[in-house]
Amino acid sequence: MAKRSARPFSVTDLPGFATIAILAFVALYVPILTLVAYSFNGATSVAVWGGFSLQWYVAAWDNTVVQAAAMRSLGIAACASVLATTVATMAALGTTRTAPFRGQTAIYVAINQPLMVPEIVTAVALLIFFAAIKVATGYTGLAYLVMAHTAFCIPFAYLPIRARLEGMDLSLETAAADLYASRWHTFRYVTLPLLAPGIAAGAMLAFVISLDDVVITEFVKSAGQDTLPTYMLGQMRRAITPETNAISTALLALTVLLLTAFFILTRKRD
Amino acid sequence: MSQAATAAVAVEGRNLVKAFGQGNAAVRALDDVSVTIAKGEFFTLLGPSGCGKTTLLRLIAGFESPTSGEILLDGRDITALPPNRRPVNTVFQSYALFPHLTVAQNVAFGLQMLGKPKAEVSATVERMLALVKLEAFAARRTSQLSGGQQQRVALARALAPAPQVLLLDEPLSALDLKLRKEMQTELKRLQTETGITFVFVTHDQEEALTMSDRVAVMSAGQILQTGTPRQIYTRPANRFVASFIGETNFLTARISGGAAHLAGGVIPLPAGTADTASATLAIRPEHLRLAPPGTPGALTATVAHSVYFGTDSHLHLRLADGAELVARQQTSADGAAGPEPGAEVGVMIAEGAVQVLQE
Repeated sequence: MAKRSARPFSVTDLPGFATIAILAFVALYVPILTLVAYSFNGATSVAVWGGFSLQWYVAAWDNTVVQAAAMRSLGIAACASVLATTVATMAALGTTRTAPFRGQTAIYVAINQPLMVPEIVTAVALLIFFAAIKVATGYTGLAYLVMAHTAFCIPFAYLPIRARLEGMDLSLETAAADLYASRWHTFRYVTLPLLAPGIAAGAMLAFVISLDDVVITEFVKSAGQDTLPTYMLGQMRRAITPETNAISTALLALTVLLLTAFFILTRKRD
Repeated sequence: MSQAATAAVAVEGRNLVKAFGQGNAAVRALDDVSVTIAKGEFFTLLGPSGCGKTTLLRLIAGFESPTSGEILLDGRDITALPPNRRPVNTVFQSYALFPHLTVAQNVAFGLQMLGKPKAEVSATVERMLALVKLEAFAARRTSQLSGGQQQRVALARALAPAPQVLLLDEPLSALDLKLRKEMQTELKRLQTETGITFVFVTHDQEEALTMSDRVAVMSAGQILQTGTPRQIYTRPANRFVASFIGETNFLTARISGGAAHLAGGVIPLPAGTADTASATLAIRPEHLRLAPPGTPGALTATVAHSVYFGTDSHLHLRLADGAELVARQQTSADGAAGPEPGAEVGVMIAEGAVQVLQE
């Protein structure tokens, strides 16, 4: 008879568990930490340490091309996240606050299409589609990028909003109706305020996803429409300097900030 | 006397049917229910879960619409009105307080939706919070309150718009026993002070008896009996009502010549009771008295066992044909034990205590 262990089985008891865990964290964080460290490099190399310096942050800040790309990135992310969140909120209401209908699952899948179709396929499709429109209309502005970003941001905004709606006590809306609130007032004074953390979380997630996009942006953008990530990609083809590290670190800081806010907002209360 | 006969009608339900599902699978939650509730009355819908009491309440509130039938409020047909256009408010079982609003904002909600002026809203909110003794909690979030306090907020919120009828859906079921007793008194006080018609849903027969002016006993989507607590307790219309409200002995007997013939003897019945080969008699345990065996007019029975409750004991008795009945005996002042199991006793039945039930 095997000796029975007093404790129930735990994966942490397996031999080598700690080693694998440490290796995984090293693989995850050492490259990022190296990137952050070298952004403060005093030398011009990304491999040789030349003392602490903020020169590359100053260089990036003074670089007008970087400034333009950063402003473009933030502008597109702001527009796309607002649009995507609006559409996602309506979609979430439409898929949770109605009687079950035929094809509900199909609609759910359709909304989340960007999560399933390979991004490169969407990128090529948009390139061809928008090229035709650009030729036909002559318009080559930023609206194409905003539209493309909005489309792939919708599922990221939709999921937290839907989760929040599904977790909401339906009797609250019934109570509002009982207390003389019309449908609009019920939405405005009960559903929307309770949904607000979900909407904010969805918007932040959409913003981060838009800010970070390379593939679709690279295919859709017209000349002179580099965003921060596509600018950095372009730089990599030439000389790699710690300036790229500095921009990456700044992006990382902004993303960490937004995701922290996202987790605080979606954290379960009580 | 029932107030319904004299007072004006607050709510009337006419031939209400509510079916859920389609075709053969349809379930009738309400099966042709008609009810009349008088103004200023504390009216209780009492029944086991699934009897349709909550469905009836939701029809009056407007959360569901009836499959057929009509609902009248103060003589006006409101069947087609949505809940926000009915001058009726609800206290929900789960309270359904708005978690993003303070206590005062919760209470103000209905008044604001009605478009009342600011000064009136704040004056009413203050008055309502005083009524439920929560003045000190106005600025709190509802999540910071205890269950009993949340219950009071729910009451204040529903009473603030001065509804014609207040609907209460098992509002005390989530509270512990002590708090429930307190809130029973509190509810009765609020109802008397405000004069608002209360329609109260409960499955707790004691709650129904102690608080109500009238009770409607429901089962399987129908109202079986409507009456004052006294009427439904002392004169239950049928076996279900008799067994659901309090404890009852049921005995099968042959009725002839104005008396019930049982295995243990004969019980006289009120004059004019029709002869039947087999009828069910309902007798409350507290209306049975023990007497020495062989006392004239007493049934002969054997003690099976007894259960001691402190203020009284329940004696389980057996008649000659095996029929069982329970007699409730008050504990005597000297604390002496009653008859031992196996002892033969006489059972006297108080005059008028026997109810012949219609099957």
